[in-house]
Amino acid sequence: MTVSVATTRRYSNATYRTLRRVKTAGLYAGVAAVLVYMLFPYYWAIVSSTKTGQALYQFTLLPALDFSNYRQLFDNPVFMGALVNSGVVALVSTAISLVIGILAAYALGRLHFPPGRIVLIAVLMISVFPQVVVLSGMFEVIGWLGLYNRPSALIVSYLILTLPFTTWILTSFIRDLPNELEEAALIDGCSRLRILTHVLLPLMGPAIASTGLLSFILAWNEFLFALTFILTDENRTVPVAIGLLTGSSRYEYPFGQIMAASVTVTLPLLVLVLIFQRKIVAGLTSGAVKG
Amino acid sequence: MSAARRMERQQRRTAWIFLLPLLLTLVAVAIWPLARSIFFSFTDAYLDAPTDYGFVGLENFVEVAEDPVFWGAVRNTLVFTLVSVGLETLLGLAIALLLHRAFLGRGIVRAAILIPWAMPMVVSARIWEWMLNDQFGLINKLLVALGLVGKGIAWTADPSLILGTVIFIDVWVTTPFMVLLILAGLQLIPEEIYEAADVSGVPHWKRFWSITLPLATPAIGVAILFRTLDALRMFDLSYVLAANNENTMTMSIYARDQLISFQDLGLGAAASTWVFMIIGLIAIVIVGLLRLDRATG
Repeated sequence: MTVSVATTRRYSNATYRTLRRVKTAGLYAGVAAVLVYMLFPYYWAIVSSTKTGQALYQFTLLPALDFSNYRQLFDNPVFMGALVNSGVVALVSTAISLVIGILAAYALGRLHFPPGRIVLIAVLMISVFPQVVVLSGMFEVIGWLGLYNRPSALIVSYLILTLPFTTWILTSFIRDLPNELEEAALIDGCSRLRILTHVLLPLMGPAIASTGLLSFILAWNEFLFALTFILTDENRTVPVAIGLLTGSSRYEYPFGQIMAASVTVTLPLLVLVLIFQRKIVAGLTSGAVKG
Repeated sequence: MSAARRMERQQRRTAWIFLLPLLLTLVAVAIWPLARSIFFSFTDAYLDAPTDYGFVGLENFVEVAEDPVFWGAVRNTLVFTLVSVGLETLLGLAIALLLHRAFLGRGIVRAAILIPWAMPMVVSARIWEWMLNDQFGLINKLLVALGLVGKGIAWTADPSLILGTVIFIDVWVTTPFMVLLILAGLQLIPEEIYEAADVSGVPHWKRFWSITLPLATPAIGVAILFRTLDALRMFDLSYVLAANNENTMTMSIYARDQLISFQDLGLGAAASTWVFMIIGLIAIVIVGLLRLDRATG
């Protein structure tokens, strides 16, 4: 009896209220700590990108609003060319992956097709295997297509990243769509392709947007293929351009400019991620948790 | 019956047609290059003349296996994977538990923590390189100002620290992914279980160990599998921070070095085939463990 008194002791109302307040304060303090850890480095990059000369080496937490780093960056034809290359490569490889992925997802997610399981497992395995393993074979394929040192080499090679990804996620999305509409269309004599394009596709807008965005991010951020298949500066993508940006010595590192470039490359991604946040979470988790 | 059978056959045929573009593309960009890479690993081809080769049997495999630099790269990759995935899981679980509670602005916070994950790895590496710079970096300035160290620490240059720095940056980049996947797992736990625990007076600390953790384990397991396979193929972070410094060289960097820097197609292909076999073995073990866990639990 005395033992249970200790565990189920009743607090007074006032004690309860203080306890709850302490708990809430703790929760918000924890969230604040997480936010600082996750966001401060990017904030610091923004601050540093607006400083030049001696200001760069001073410890002030507010931006100096000196945009000469950005002006220099935008006057740099190599960097601007890299931005265009990155954009084109990521857009085109995403578009191709979405079209092929939607067609495949329809077969894998909605048709009676027992071998589909094996295809899905193969797709998943390809999406996790290391890119370096296909590097020499891919080199040969790029050579045969005559694409070496051209941005289109990256469009082809990025399909190994983006296509398994779009197929996998779109399959899990398309599986969850209601059956009734499709059955009605089938009875009306619609072809399968027409059902896909006229009945299911209009329902898949959000799924396609989030899948496309994630695939765009994958392609935009890729480094290994971009480093290997492109030789000259004017054909490079942004991650490689930033990766190879160095000063004349270790002590003349153009940190201000590198930070300006980093902020510029990341900004479009951040805007998209914040807008599509809910969709991205749904896309990532439907692929990983349900599958 | 026969009508149903006919429809099934027709569906199968349609399915093949819809899958054809996928299968053709995957053969062209994945399966064929993989097969060619394995093929080249048995030859003495060079990158500048890939059509001019002879077969050398297992010689390339032996040469890679006898290279201490390769085993150094394997060791770095394994240490990196084990430590960073371990830390990410713990940190991810802690942050997910925190963000699972109700608080003001939860949606915005969950979106904001995606930022490190959405950035190109190169950019993350560059930002941390700047923050950790031995002379002008913010971290070192802070440490000196607090009197913890006499002068700045060369986080990205000191051979004994650099692998730790790589792990630190990777944890920062990939923890959001862990948080997301674990949060999704936590949301699948029905609220009633906690209510039942409340009624029966189960103490709070015990709830975590006997309700939350066991029920979130499948989600955590999948997240660990994905992150492990991703960490094992890591290339960009080490490459940007330290190029082919032997203290941070990963298996991917080693294989690419043989292939591109030394132009040795046969040796590079053999190295990448080794990488493929090592990662494949680890993947089989993890998937086996997850299955076992599901079968016994």
